[in-house]
Amino acid sequence: MSDIANMSRQERINAYWKENNRLIAILLTIWFSVAYIPPLFVNQLNQITIAGFPLGYYFGSQISLIVFVVLIFYYAYAMNKLDAKYHLKDRDK
Amino acid sequence: MAVNEAIKLRNNRLAQYYGMFTVGLIIFSLIMGALELGAGMPKAWIGWTFLMLTMGLYAFIGIMSRTKILDEYYVAGRNVPAVFNGMATGADWMSAASFISMAGTLYALGYDGLAYIMGWTGGYVLLALLFAPYIRKFGQYTIPDFVGTRYGGRWPRLVAAICAIIVSLTYVTAQVVGVGIIMSRFIGVPYEWGVVIGLSGVLVCSFLGGMKAVTWTQVAQYIILIIAYMIPVTFLSLKLTGFPIPQLSYGQALQNITRLESELKIATESTARDGTGRIIQGGYVPAYNEGLSNAAAVSAINQINTYFGVNITPPKAQSIPDTSKPAEEIQPDWRGTPWNFLALTFCLMVGTAGLPHILIRFYTVPSVRESRLSVGWALFFIFLLYFTAPAYAAFARWEILQNVVGKEISSLPEWTQNWSRLGLITQRDYTTLDGRDIDKLPAWAAPQVKSGALVINDANGNGKIDLAGATFSETEVDGKKVGTFGELSGTVITKTSVDGILQFSELNIDPDTIVLATPEIAGLPYTVAALIAAGGMAAALSTADGLLVVISSAIAHDFYYRIINPKASMNTRIWLGKTMLVVAAVIAALLALPRLALIAQMVAWAFSMAASSFFPVILLGIFWKRCNGPGAIAGMIGGLSVTLFYMYSNYVDPSFNVLGITHLAAGIFGMPVNFLLCYIVSKLTAAPSQEIQDLVDHLRSPELDDELMTSIAGGKQAAGAH
Repeated sequence: MSDIANMSRQERINAYWKENNRLIAILLTIWFSVAYIPPLFVNQLNQITIAGFPLGYYFGSQISLIVFVVLIFYYAYAMNKLDAKYHLKDRDK
Repeated sequence: MAVNEAIKLRNNRLAQYYGMFTVGLIIFSLIMGALELGAGMPKAWIGWTFLMLTMGLYAFIGIMSRTKILDEYYVAGRNVPAVFNGMATGADWMSAASFISMAGTLYALGYDGLAYIMGWTGGYVLLALLFAPYIRKFGQYTIPDFVGTRYGGRWPRLVAAICAIIVSLTYVTAQVVGVGIIMSRFIGVPYEWGVVIGLSGVLVCSFLGGMKAVTWTQVAQYIILIIAYMIPVTFLSLKLTGFPIPQLSYGQALQNITRLESELKIATESTARDGTGRIIQGGYVPAYNEGLSNAAAVSAINQINTYFGVNITPPKAQSIPDTSKPAEEIQPDWRGTPWNFLALTFCLMVGTAGLPHILIRFYTVPSVRESRLSVGWALFFIFLLYFTAPAYAAFARWEILQNVVGKEISSLPEWTQNWSRLGLITQRDYTTLDGRDIDKLPAWAAPQVKSGALVINDANGNGKIDLAGATFSETEVDGKKVGTFGELSGTVITKTSVDGILQFSELNIDPDTIVLATPEIAGLPYTVAALIAAGGMAAALSTADGLLVVISSAIAHDFYYRIINPKASMNTRIWLGKTMLVVAAVIAALLALPRLALIAQMVAWAFSMAASSFFPVILLGIFWKRCNGPGAIAGMIGGLSVTLFYMYSNYVDPSFNVLGITHLAAGIFGMPVNFLLCYIVSKLTAAPSQEIQDLVDHLRSPELDDELMTSIAGGKQAAGAH
């Protein structure tokens, strides 16, 4: 962590940006897999039933939506930590 | 800190106000229900009371939030807490279409309709990760502001402002149509009056207080619409499954739908059309049954011809697969492949993230940190409704397969009869024509007479169709089977079409019916229907509010202040903004009066257009420093052109298609073109100035500095004005 303390503001922003991009890439991969992979196998997934819901249908109507909500809140949480790590705290207004 | 304490106090007070409002709304609804059941209060009174009370509330918030401060007028003073901005974004986003029509679309399309559910929620992930924090950091007033500042010069701003106006104006027109329909259906006023009353409600609020009033009204509107949406389906779930959480219990409905479909042989034999003329074939749960058709284009053009008295030749009606042909002649088609579903989902997601009226909501939060959180809340509040819509659809489908399809027309449930009378449910069994005046045939039968498929032989000359005691007989003429039934004959007369039993293929349901009829199906009092009407109004008005702000600021701020007269005073800018708000509302009302089907189509196209114009340019503007003005302009124009070309070609001629992708998902072709052109042209031209590259660095850091941003954004114009 002492590295960060010695960095210039520009260096901190660059390192912060790199980490931010990595996080975005990870979360978008999850987003993509949840939204676009199950539809490819929907009729096979529909053979499995959970509480009356055919799984393929369930993915489209509920699971993917829940994952979307969780992804956004997780990003907000992770970015707050990242802001603090690089001393780039948002100013109070 | 004292500042933090003050903010906390304010947030608590806001939570208290809206909490009290929610409780008040529930108590009020219960009282109205009691007055209806106990004292027999007439339906019209209940409808009017709900309407007056909610509209009065919006006006009250508008008056309380009136302002003459520029920041409050355009961006609500940038102090809307994340949760409340989330609710406001939810109401801003969920339009009359989400509230009333979406469940009906799901009812008609089955699994294929989930492209809308996933598309319109998944877009918020893109918004949260790629746009919202940087839009807040940029901290100006409009989306053309961003494009204009990042890419330098007037042209990018102008192109962006024009795109924003076109997209928002078609969208707001659709909302005004929604308001007119709800008013005429529930209150009984003529459609035109509904439009006027609804719009005055919008104006009272946004005219006085701009974005500030719009924001706080939208929060109240969200509360009304979500309560109104949840109540009927909860009772329906309780009635049908004995369990009051519809989102969990509609699995049972899906099971019953699949069972009934195979019993009634719907999955294999029948075809039906939904409201837009798409052909639906196959079951509810199995995926990818949607064919291609230009029925929507044909009917839209015919409607324009009739209304304006012009004579545009509609394209030749086509559908793929062509179900009128015998099975062996049907062309191979793309049903059974996921490509259209995936493309549509993607366009809706990307388009959602590129819509200006949603993006500007993230200017209104106090900080970058709150903007990230705020998208999460927005999606959560939207999720509550989108999570529930498939339950509405499934319960309605179950009820209809169980109690309506395959039953004798004379013994259908009462709610079916009521909505048939209003023309929202069509029963195409020819026995329903018994006793009808020959010159007053229903809309589905009249064209059949015109085309010769149905022949009426008024044997007794009384001007009515008499079918009493008729029997069916069939002869073969030129290889075609022609049926006769009483005074009716023709190729459309078949054994099943005159048996007095409603087949699935003979039933046509307007998508709006599903949500509107649910209170009746569940046996709930009229008060619940009135609550639904208030919820639908809230959804339509809140979206219209947000869109009018975008249009008025694009003209008053981007066009007038930034391009024509950078020296304009604050008072002039606010005054002009208010004037433009009224002008935009009047134009929207005039566009809404003919109720053109083309408007609904244009709203669906808005997503593809936003996906292939705004989205790539804003994304590259933040994530690729080297991207420059010429690249952005080439990208926007090229991307939009490809999209419009595919859209038009497939709309009029469905045999023009790639992998069976429809015009609704045309953005899938334009968006990559935009990215590619933007990349190539940027590389071939000079890198953006150091000033702009510094601006991108500023955007990437979350430390807020609105004054610095304003000086960068306004710098060029201010220098030019000296």
